[in-house]
Amino acid sequence: MTLAQIGIFAALGLLAGAVQTRLPRRWAMLALSVLAVFWLQPALPIRGLDFWLPLVSLGLSAAVWAITLPSGIRAERRDGIAGLVILALALGVALTRHLPGLCCLTPSRPPETLPVLIALAAFVGLVWLAARGFGRQPWTLHARVAALALIFVILKSEPLTGAAAAGLRSLAGQNPALAAPVDIRWLGFSYLAFRLIHVLRDRLSGRLPVLHLDEFLTYAVFFPALTAGPIDRIERFQKDLQADFRMDATRLQAAGERLAQGLFMKFVLGDGLALFALNPQNAAQVQTGGWAWLLLYAYALRLFFDFAGYTHIAIGLGLLFGVRLSENFNRPYLQPNLTAFWNTWHMTLTSWLRAYIFSPFTRALRARRWPAGPIILLSQLLTMLLVGLWHGITWNFIIWGLWHGLGLFVHNRWAGWAKDRPALPPRLAALGGGLLTFHFVALGWVWFALPTPQLAGRVLRVLLGGAP
Amino acid sequence: MSDSARFLRNVLIKAALLFAAANLLFTALDPLPWLGGLSLYNSLLPGRPRFPFGERPDQAYNLSLNSLEAMFASHELAAGLKPADEFRVLLIGDSSVWGFLLENEDTLAAQMNAAALRTKHGRTVRVYNLGYPTISLTKDLLILDEAMSYQPDLILWLVTLESLPYNKQIFTPLVQYNPARARALIAEYGLAIDPDAPEFADLSFWQRTLIGQRRPLADLLRLQLYGFPWAATSIDQYYPESYTPRADDLPPVMAYYDLEVDYSAKDVAFDVLAAGVARAGGVPVLIVNEPMFIAAGQNSDFRYNFFYPKWAYDRYRQLLANEAAAHGWLYADLWQAVDNGEYTNSAIHLTPRGEAVLAQELLRLLEPFINP
Repeated sequence: MTLAQIGIFAALGLLAGAVQTRLPRRWAMLALSVLAVFWLQPALPIRGLDFWLPLVSLGLSAAVWAITLPSGIRAERRDGIAGLVILALALGVALTRHLPGLCCLTPSRPPETLPVLIALAAFVGLVWLAARGFGRQPWTLHARVAALALIFVILKSEPLTGAAAAGLRSLAGQNPALAAPVDIRWLGFSYLAFRLIHVLRDRLSGRLPVLHLDEFLTYAVFFPALTAGPIDRIERFQKDLQADFRMDATRLQAAGERLAQGLFMKFVLGDGLALFALNPQNAAQVQTGGWAWLLLYAYALRLFFDFAGYTHIAIGLGLLFGVRLSENFNRPYLQPNLTAFWNTWHMTLTSWLRAYIFSPFTRALRARRWPAGPIILLSQLLTMLLVGLWHGITWNFIIWGLWHGLGLFVHNRWAGWAKDRPALPPRLAALGGGLLTFHFVALGWVWFALPTPQLAGRVLRVLLGGAP
Repeated sequence: MSDSARFLRNVLIKAALLFAAANLLFTALDPLPWLGGLSLYNSLLPGRPRFPFGERPDQAYNLSLNSLEAMFASHELAAGLKPADEFRVLLIGDSSVWGFLLENEDTLAAQMNAAALRTKHGRTVRVYNLGYPTISLTKDLLILDEAMSYQPDLILWLVTLESLPYNKQIFTPLVQYNPARARALIAEYGLAIDPDAPEFADLSFWQRTLIGQRRPLADLLRLQLYGFPWAATSIDQYYPESYTPRADDLPPVMAYYDLEVDYSAKDVAFDVLAAGVARAGGVPVLIVNEPMFIAAGQNSDFRYNFFYPKWAYDRYRQLLANEAAAHGWLYADLWQAVDNGEYTNSAIHLTPRGEAVLAQELLRLLEPFINP
């Protein structure tokens, strides 16, 4: 989000605060979220794609809502109205192509109206069928999870994204030879997919509350959290939506503080540090260990300020609309060990992984009566490997994931062993642990920040005093 | 009015008042020159061996800015007091002196320093690169004026005809955005430059506010932050994989700015050169006509290179020699000191080898000043 976009959202939030009743606020949030999906999407070189991708985000969300309706529950009139609102807004965005003065909410001109109408009709048909009970069997829910995971794999693997871009270019009548992975930058898909998988899995386990389409869609594409999270839980989000909302001084002050904090962290500290943080260019040029450490520290801090700043902004904007989004960071670089680091860094992702990867996998291995050590090792490695792959299917992200998986395992074993053998005074142990943890994490960022193992290897050599 | 509305109103009023006060205070105090002098260079960071300049900051870790104070504060020249055993030589000129496309160890100043000259009294000859890319004698004069506080023992001022036309004098942003300094020099030395020229950036009240000055402020901050990757990598300019070499085939143009064939010394900015010599006071200023590429391709029978028709350049050399003799300026004409094969993307930009040749020539000229 740009400063201007944040400013507009904040102004709209203040306006929404003036609407003191729950009903109009809820619809306003739905409408804003739907429009924001189109507005925040970056421009793409493939014709019409910066309209189609947001539309698919909405369609996927609506389809997942429909198939996760509990058996015996059918869509209500309110859901129908929400569906019409979503359709009208999407169609309205598409029709702006005919309004030269207004065009466009999307970064480039929306596609022709007829294909948009056909796509909307197809989505309506799918959602209607699902809402009538078709395709709600458990295997279809599993299939949806697999489909989301497959899109993930395509988007996170450069060769596959490139191939997909070539296919889409051909469809759009453009030269496929010019296809590049950056042709498909699907705003917020990573977070959207996590939310949808969370809902599908909770539906399978019977924990999912009954949701209306407007609540579900607002949750899935809630604009403050669309670009960089946090990944909220739907039952918590729903409570906020259903609660009476009244903008008061306390809430306004809290929102203002979070926004100010976030803007300062993101646009002053994060963007300032970005000027000299480790990147592929300076990684290939840095000559001495001291300066390499400085670039690495700058990267570590930049990543935190950028990401945590965004979270503050998202939480601040959420508060203006009566939604208290989950916290995502809690002083992660000041934690005494790696486990505590991961409990305070991108906390909503960690919770998600714990709920849907780590815990089920651990339970499955326990059921097979594996010993504790291998269970922990495999579970940590698998979980962190998936975190790495979530950022991109590259060797460096794989190594980064394994680095943390092994680190978590070693800490787990060490903590168990050292529990009854305190060797250092607690404060000294915490200080030493904090320094060690920060540097372990920082060294891991070398793999994370750089595109190839060769380049990461060069930087690690320089960091450790070797020749460039 | 509800509590929340009252709270919001108060917040907005206080914020607006603070914002207005901060802007008024900034406009009244004009702290930019003072802020420009604050620098991490020469303390936390090493000083830069050449002035900050660059249009691709993300790749060069460098940027162009118009604060002379910040430029000097970031330069190694500003690193503390002048050592007692240093014979300080300042090199002033355009991009050829700054070292376009050259790494720092290949610039003219660096190659002169590599000779590790000493005076007969044991003082180390240290050459500082104060070149700045853009061609204008008035820009050079601004730099010389500021540099005098750094106690030079000798100034080498490399010039070429392109820096002399009057309509080039306030062409460079460094002059345009330092109007008070430029006007003070124009007035003091009676320069034939219009002090009211529209090119001077005279800022309105709004442009002098904190909001109006946000870009120069951001530039000051970015200059400090780019110091870290610069110090880590020693890279301070963008080096393209390849470049278009200086033109050998030339346009069939005979005109040179608005000069007539028999133009006189008064038609070009020799008064700025005179002002520089006067400003240096007792410090000797050696004016050097810098080397240039001589083309052999199309239209080279009446043009020397992309910059100059032969008539204009020949006349310039003659006039410069006459002016130097008439005013007692120290002058050397090195226009053909470097082989034609040692030019890069312009008729005045040299290869490292070309700079080495020029450095040897200059060191030879330095001898009488070092050991009089």
